[in-house]
Amino acid sequence: MSDTILTLTGVQADIAQYHILQGVDLAVPRGAVTMLLGRNGVGKTTTLRTIMGHLVARQGVIGFDGMDITARATSARARLGIGYVPENMGIFSDLTVEENMVLAAVSGRLLAERRDRIFAAFPPLRTFWTSDAGTLSGGQKQMLSIARAMAEDRKLYLIDEPTKGLAPAIISTMVAALRELKDGGASILLVEQNFAVARALGDHAAVMDDGRIVWSGEMSELADDAGLQERLMGLSMEGK
Amino acid sequence: MSDAPDHRPTMAAVSFGARLDWAAPWLMVPALILLGFFAIGSMSSWLTLTVSALAMGMMIFVMASGLTLVFGLMDVINFGHGAFVSVGAFVGVSTVLALGHWAGAPSLVLNLLAVGLGVLAAMLVTGVLGWIFERVIIRPVYGAHLKQILITMGGLIVVEQVIVMIWGPDEIFFARPETLKGAITFAGAALEKYRLLAVAVGLAVFVAMRLVLRRTRIGLIVRAGVENGEMVEALGYRLGMVFVGVFIAGSALAGLGGVMWGFYQEVITAGMGEDMMVLVFIVVIIGGLGSVEGAFIGALMVGLMQNYIAFLEPKAALISNIALMTAILMWRPQGMMPVVKAK
Repeated sequence: MSDTILTLTGVQADIAQYHILQGVDLAVPRGAVTMLLGRNGVGKTTTLRTIMGHLVARQGVIGFDGMDITARATSARARLGIGYVPENMGIFSDLTVEENMVLAAVSGRLLAERRDRIFAAFPPLRTFWTSDAGTLSGGQKQMLSIARAMAEDRKLYLIDEPTKGLAPAIISTMVAALRELKDGGASILLVEQNFAVARALGDHAAVMDDGRIVWSGEMSELADDAGLQERLMGLSMEGK
Repeated sequence: MSDAPDHRPTMAAVSFGARLDWAAPWLMVPALILLGFFAIGSMSSWLTLTVSALAMGMMIFVMASGLTLVFGLMDVINFGHGAFVSVGAFVGVSTVLALGHWAGAPSLVLNLLAVGLGVLAAMLVTGVLGWIFERVIIRPVYGAHLKQILITMGGLIVVEQVIVMIWGPDEIFFARPETLKGAITFAGAALEKYRLLAVAVGLAVFVAMRLVLRRTRIGLIVRAGVENGEMVEALGYRLGMVFVGVFIAGSALAGLGGVMWGFYQEVITAGMGEDMMVLVFIVVIIGGLGSVEGAFIGALMVGLMQNYIAFLEPKAALISNIALMTAILMWRPQGMMPVVKAK
């Protein structure tokens, strides 16, 4: 078994007439958290959407778990074991929290043991179990979105900005849940704008600019080098 | 510990009116019936008209239910939906006429058996036709509304001409099976037996659809798919397959609606489905695209408006449903119960 779960080789993708991904090369190690970082509009979300098959890779190869999945349908990629938490959370607001979770367990039933673990990580989901998901707050919706990806074991989790727009208290709940996932040996590719969260969770990091990966290495190396951050992402971590 | 004050959000109570907001569409039907009662004045006329209106509404709902799901699920505008109504009517009525000795016998069981077989044949044929229609006509034009409108209109014309080829260009007149003729008298009002049967069938279809959509896994996938198809696929479901299933079911239901409408009018023409499409589209639009419940309420309202206004002010009947649609869209521009799109 290779120690890389996902590889992107020269992947190019367009949105309408715009050439967004201009040759992405990325390797996501198995059993670790890889942060996908970069400024707004450099193609992070597009990269995840292309991995998931929502956008067609015009060129390049996407390899997952030893297979070439470039031409596979989105549903086939999901069934191979990729869990996806989109930036807009993708909650079914007309369905109840329970129905959202049941639907996420593609193989059949949501196991009680699994449900209890999700309740422990995200207590509000227990409270609102039978409510319409549309009535949840933004933070609760984000919890549901991540919980949905956790409804079954996945080989790889693609998570897009799970802390976007959330209050600090909820961010720590989110970080704790993701850390638990990580401690369980999950492979995660995480897009995150909050550098503190990235530093807390990431093992590896890849930084994008203009539709390409411009730097990749250990997260700790990036976290410790303010000059590198400034150069790659225009980040200024004054006072940190 | 944080220096921030305790977070204790206060919850203001929602006003009674706002809490009733979700029920407002459901209240429209009884409100309209009540309004009709006061406007018409005569108990027996009102009762006859109401049953007739509900029967008409139920039949339109049966035709519209598939169309609204098809639109909600895959964003497909199918102007050819009326073809299934016409084909259903011709196949169903021909089957019942072929079983003339059963349909003509003064036995309820034999009559219902004949009609049941007619309905089965109609749904089977329109289901298969729907499957072919989806493969040949709809699939190449996913995501392109203008092309969908043009090619489905073309499909409708072709199917109508095939009907003319098989059954001839003339309208076919016929009588209902023996025991479904006539009326029963209730509170001084004559209620046609067939209309009561139509109401029962429409109600059964609505309840069955709701059960499937609310209580089964496939229903869950359809409801989620109407709201956010991309996410349903990202969970591992093949939405394309689900869509084909819904399209076939919707076509078969349109076929059922066609048989019901044919026996209601006691005449069938190749263009009957096309004629019905105006009402069907009004129902889908005022109900809210993608909403089966909305289509149900919308269909009943269209039926009620049409019948009451035709009685009260015949000249205004022509514009009554357009006026209803305008009023509803001014109140709720997305229709009464729009399915939230989160794409």
